[in-house]
This record gives sequence, structure tokens and C-alpha cells, in this order.
Amino acid sequence: MKQTTGRTAAAVILCLVILFVPACKKDSSTGTGTSDGIPAYGDAVIIGSIGDASTMIPVISSDSASHEVAGFIYNGLVKYDKDYKIVGDLAESWEVSADNLTITFHLRKDVKWQDGVPFTSDDVMFTYRLMIDPNTPTAYASDFMLVKEARNPDPYTFIVTYGEPFAPALISWGFWIMPKHLLEGVDITTSKLGRDPVGTGPYRFKEWSTGEKIVLDSYHDYFEGRPYIDRIIYRIIPDTATMFLELQSGGVDWMGLSPIQYKLQTDNASFKKDFVTYKYLADGYSYLGFNLKDPKFADKRVRQAISYAIDKQEIIDIALLGLGEIATGPYKPGTWQYNADVQRYDYDPEKAKKLLAEAGWKDTDGDGILDKDGVAFSFTIVTNQGNDLRAKAAELIQNKLKDVGIKVNIRIVEWAAFLSEFIEPKDFEAVILAWNILQDPDLYDVWHSSKIGPNELNHISFESAEVDRLLEEGRRTFDRDERKKYYDRMQEILAEEAPYVFLYVPYALPAISARFKGIEPAPAGISYNFNEWYVPEQLQRYTDMQ
Amino acid sequence: MARYIVKRLLLMIPILLGITIISFGVMQLAPGKPTDVGFAENPKATPQAKERLTKLYGLDKPLHIQYYNWLKRIVRFDFGESFSPDRRSVSEKIKETIPITIGINLLSILLIIIVAIPIGVFSATHQDSLFDKVFTVFVFIGFAVPTFWLALLMMRFFGIELGWLPISGVKSIMHDSMSAPAKIRDVAAHLIMPVALSAFGGLAGLSRYMRSTMLEVIRQDYIVTARAKGLPERVVVYKHGLRNALMPVITILGLSVPGLIGGSVIFESIFSIYGMGRLFYSSVMARDYPVIMGILVIGAVLTLLGNLLADISYAVVDPRIRKG
Repeated sequence: MKQTTGRTAAAVILCLVILFVPACKKDSSTGTGTSDGIPAYGDAVIIGSIGDASTMIPVISSDSASHEVAGFIYNGLVKYDKDYKIVGDLAESWEVSADNLTITFHLRKDVKWQDGVPFTSDDVMFTYRLMIDPNTPTAYASDFMLVKEARNPDPYTFIVTYGEPFAPALISWGFWIMPKHLLEGVDITTSKLGRDPVGTGPYRFKEWSTGEKIVLDSYHDYFEGRPYIDRIIYRIIPDTATMFLELQSGGVDWMGLSPIQYKLQTDNASFKKDFVTYKYLADGYSYLGFNLKDPKFADKRVRQAISYAIDKQEIIDIALLGLGEIATGPYKPGTWQYNADVQRYDYDPEKAKKLLAEAGWKDTDGDGILDKDGVAFSFTIVTNQGNDLRAKAAELIQNKLKDVGIKVNIRIVEWAAFLSEFIEPKDFEAVILAWNILQDPDLYDVWHSSKIGPNELNHISFESAEVDRLLEEGRRTFDRDERKKYYDRMQEILAEEAPYVFLYVPYALPAISARFKGIEPAPAGISYNFNEWYVPEQLQRYTDMQ
Repeated sequence: MARYIVKRLLLMIPILLGITIISFGVMQLAPGKPTDVGFAENPKATPQAKERLTKLYGLDKPLHIQYYNWLKRIVRFDFGESFSPDRRSVSEKIKETIPITIGINLLSILLIIIVAIPIGVFSATHQDSLFDKVFTVFVFIGFAVPTFWLALLMMRFFGIELGWLPISGVKSIMHDSMSAPAKIRDVAAHLIMPVALSAFGGLAGLSRYMRSTMLEVIRQDYIVTARAKGLPERVVVYKHGLRNALMPVITILGLSVPGLIGGSVIFESIFSIYGMGRLFYSSVMARDYPVIMGILVIGAVLTLLGNLLADISYAVVDPRIRKG
């Protein structure tokens, strides 16, 4: 699936579904196909999606389905390549000034909007103004708010100046550029482009039947050349069991498998003949977060004890059928910002008991539950409905904590109510949730103490002067090795302080019809070179399309 | 008669008003606000952005003003705009989903009638026979089996093992490139499983009802008379018996009118059909008040009209109601 490049801004996103993106290898258990034929134009790919998009103007949408489709239609100034290096997209080159405050983009001169109008720096300027306009209901304004001045001296130059150095600045211009000639003076929330978009990207919009499908056709004049695959069809199939049946019957070409489907239903010769499966770490991790305003969790030893008492591998083995890795911090194992040398909490109930005893929790009345000052140690884990993995993880945690004398209750609450009744008023003891992991390591919004307020993302009220300083330094520093030092230290502190019990990073498990060739797994996943995928002529399935 | 109908229609107004007030109130009682849902996943959503949306939706006004504003629009048949990012009109959204829901429901009611009435009559005329027992078990299985499970089994069997029927959706992905007859065949093939399955669950009710009214009727004196006259059994059962036994059944069908626009979320999700069930469910989850209210009002109006129709048909046959 298209990666969410433009959203460094949105460094992290509370995720309801497991998004599958990056860092991958072709599944070793499946054949690689030796004769890949000759690249040919034509055919369609049908992608299964559990949710419908909300609007085709990605400025105002925030759901993954909308952004995935938008990724085919629009371009940013820059993008990530297969190794997560920033490369030009609509910008052909750029310079960062010596003081790290000014970026000068030189735009491509051969780009046309899909309606034939040339793309210029006016469009970039328009998009910038749109993003910072207080009347635009967008969630992605904050990175653009840091811009002190934006200028476009000529149609192919765009210059932005920041008030202070901001490391994620460059990739923040990976956000999709909107067409000025179609949106200027129009109320963006009611613009007809929401249902009929015009972009600069490799695919142009064709049709959208709400709740059923979204159809995109290849744009033959795309500035990087016409993509091989003529059509992309998103089929909206809310039920994953149905989607899997559609996959087997040929009604869907590409879907993300659940662990149980991957493990139990694809391991047969006929499936392997028709499909290629891939397995790589997804861009997200799940965690158990403590409300640090709760006196029970004020003592670091208690949080560490709970971290020791939870068997993370057991959660992975049972809930994910082994298809995940233990998380040790907020970054993905294998990325440059990941620090592997932090304190680990391998399952150790004895150590947990010892730490709890040190913190003053003892079972004085012999009922099997620890107590302190006459109060038994019990708390409630809240999580949202509709995510089976989280519910299972909660139960496994409940069971393990019982062994060390902590009574856990579980409440599973519908999403909207969960947010307004528990997260926003911070009226919870512990939550199980997940964050998306984006490529830029800036986690200012999640861990900085200024983000504790209502509606902010530091739900658990984590406060550490050192982490604050590291986050500030980290987003000011451009040199990667230099930056890594700050984030390495931050990961050490987070591991030591244990404000979260980091649980697991699941695997993304896409299955794609074997007729598609040219898929080359890379650290950035598989979809980065989608435009070069093709179906050899004799294997094409949809040849008579209107 | 006309007076009676006018009286009933006028009476519907306060009832409808009451229904909307209660719906509006209950909806507001549910925890969670429309502005939370879209913004919760956005790390960059500032409190100001939320406030702006609250104003835009008119949610900053007191509840009774909000209701009044809604009511002002609704009397002009304006259902307003959805709160979702696409900001489309509620009537457009409902128009998109209502045909398929009504279509499937009508077909399935038709199928229920075609299958359940013969089963009921046959069971009554062959009371306690082996057939009666087999049919009874059959219709109760239909009633008891979880739809989603049976649906998946059928999809696997007919869609993959045999490859006879498409698995989900209403149209093939290449529907637009097909000839007209092929299009009709395509939609028909897609509808077979959903219609059959939704009818299967409804067989029990009607067939058991048919059986019992039929049993009642054939014990009546005039049936004995008809038999005594020496009429053939076929005429006795189908002409004298069935006609009378059908009357109450027709009333029941009249009462199922409001059910026509109701879709089941589970059912529509399994078959990936975008109908009223999924629209309503997603609106509730997103706290999309205008859409929720729009669907509730249409449902309420249809329910009241269905009741009225049933009452009118009673009045037609029973003078006591008409005059009273």
C-alpha cells in the first residue's frame, strides 16, 4: 500500500487497524517466479480495502483509506525512496541553507495537472496557504505553521524559511500539492474535487461508488512515464473473511492477511501457485500505557514490575500466532533511529514480585492480591472495541498479573465513547493502544511535557525534563548521526522509566496475485515502485476495460 | 372512511414529533461527539480546530436550539449535510443506499411468501406427518442458524468449490463493460445468495403462522359443511380454507413495510453490499447526527404509514372500527 509519506507531520497516529507498509523481505516460503516475462501495459489490480475513503481531498481527510488513494493521485515536492532516503518528486532538486533555516525547492518544469494545466510554484504556495488557513479543517497544519516565510519568486522556485531549524521540515513538503486553479476561492469542504479529484500523480480518478469501489486509471502523461498497470480498483469489503474468499476466487488481487489466514489458510500448493505472500514488520506498535497521574503508577518500580510480569512473547505467540516481534521502544527494530541496547523486560515474575515488594506492595491479608495501606492492588485496562488483538492481549496480561498478585479488570469500549469518556478526560488507569511508526523519529507530540493538555497526545501525562530537551534538540538537528544520539538517549530513558509497557510490532502480511511482476521488496516495503509493476501480456486478466 | 383516514394522518404528526424528540435526545446522550471521531487519530489536531468544527456544525448552541434548527429544515424535507469529511447531503447518502436495501428486502419477502405459504399449508393439511416434522425442523434451522456463518459456508461452497456464484458485492468489477443482458444476469447471480439467505431466516415466522391459522380454519364449521356437500378435498382446502386463512397473514406482511428500509450490518458487511445497515452503523459510530436523524425519521414515517395501512385494511373489513 502507498506509504504515508506526507505525514511526517503526523509523526504518529493512533491506529485502529494495522496498517501495512515497510521494511520487508519476500516471504521465504513462497516461490520467487523465475520467468517474469516482458513488461507490458494493461490489466487492472484489484485491491481489497476494509474501509471506504471519506474524501479525495487529503488535506481534510485523516483516514488511511483516503490517504492511500490520494497517494496515487497526487504528488508532494519530495518523497521517500525504497531505502527511505528523501528524493525529489515534484521538486527536481533543493538546497538547504547553511543555517538550516531556508529550503529552496527547484520544481520540475514538465509537470501537468491531469486536466492539462501546467503545474507551477503557485500551486505550492496555494497549498501552503490552504494548510495554514484557520478555516481549513485540516489535521496537518502544525508543521506548516512553523514556516516563517514562503516565497515563490518564479514559477519553478519555491523558498521557505523557518524561524528555527526544524529537522522534519524537508519531508513535511512530501505532503500532497493541491491544484490552485481548481480550488482557489472555493470552500474546500464542499468542493466537487472531494468526489472528482485532479492531481499530478500516476493515476487519475475515474469512478467512485460509495461503499463499493474506487476506480483509478493510469495517467499516460505522468511525468515519470506511464505506469504499466492500466487500472487500480479499490474494492471495499468490510469483512476480512469475505475478502479472503474473494482473493481465492480471483475477485481481489491484493490484500493484507490476518495472522490466522497467513498461518492456516495459505499454506497449500494451490494458494502458493496463484499468490505471492510477503512478510515484514508493520509500521506500528502496541503498548500498555499507564496513567502517570494515578498514584499507583507513580513509583517507577511498580511500572517496571508490571513490565517484567507481562510475557510479551506469549502475547505474540497466542494473539498474533507468532507473527510479530517484541517492541522495546517507540521505533521499529531495524531502522536507523532504533536503539537495541536499552533495558529489556524479559518475562520474569520473580523479579516483578521483588520490585513490587520493594515498592511496599505486600499481600498482608492472604487473599492472593497485593495491598498497601489497606488498599488492594487492582486496576482496569481500557481498550477500544473492534480490535480483537487488543482484547486478547488484555486477557493475557490480566492472567499474568494475577500471578504476581495484581487484579486487573478489562473494559472494552466503543471507539468514540472510548476517546471522549476515557482518553480525553484522562479518566483511565491503563490503556492498550497502538501508535503508527513514521519514518522521521520526531516524537515531540507524544512525549513532550507540553503535550499533556486536553486533546493532546501525551495521554499518559509523561513528564521528563531530559526527554523534553532531547526531543527539542532532536528536531533541531539535521545531521542524522547527531540526531540519533538524542533519540538513543530518549529510548534509554523511556525503557528505564517504563511509562508504557511496549508490547509488540506486528508483521504486515500482504498477499498479491502471482501474475504481477516487478515487485521488489525493499526497506520501504513493496509499493514504492508500484508504477513499475506489470503483468506479462499472456497473463493479463482484464483486457477489455471501458 | 375519508374522515377516519384524515383523523389518523393528523394524529401521526404529534407522534412523529415525539419520536424525533426522543431520538434526538437519546442520540445526544450517547458518549462521544462528532468532532472527536475524525480528529482523534490526528496528532496535529489542535483544540482550536475542534472548536471550529463544533461551530461549523452548530454544536455549540443549546440542545433545544439545535433541535429547533433541525426541525425547521426537516419540515422543508431538507435533511441537512453529513458531518463526515465529504460533507455530502444526507438525502444523497440515503438515496445511494436505499435502492439496494429495498430491492433485497422485497425479493426476500417475495421468496418467503413463495416458500413459506406452501410449507405452512402443507404442514397444516398433513399435520404431524413426517413432512410436517421435517419442514418444521427445516424452518427452525433457518431461524436459528447464525447468518454470518451460513453465509461464509455458502460463499465457500458456491463461490469457490463449485465456482457457480460470485462471492460478494452486487456487480462484477467489469460490470460496465458488459452487454445489457449480461448485466442483468450479473446482478441476478450476485443477488442469489444474499436473497436466499435473508429469506431462509424469515421462513420460520410466516410458515408457522400460516400453519396455525390454516389449522384453525380447517376446523371451522363451514369447512365441515363444504366437505359434507361432497366437494373435492382440493377445493375445500384451497378455495374455502386457504382464502380465509390468508387474511391475517396479509396483515402481517403489511406490518413489515418499515422493515423494508432496514438493513442488517452483519449481513451487508459479509456480502459487502453498501446498504442502509452499513450507512446507519457507520453514522452511529462517527456520531454523524444528521444522517442518524434522517434515517430514523424515514423509518418512523414508514412505520406509522405501515400501521395506518394495516388499520385501514382492518377498517375496510370490519365496520365496527370504521364507525367507531
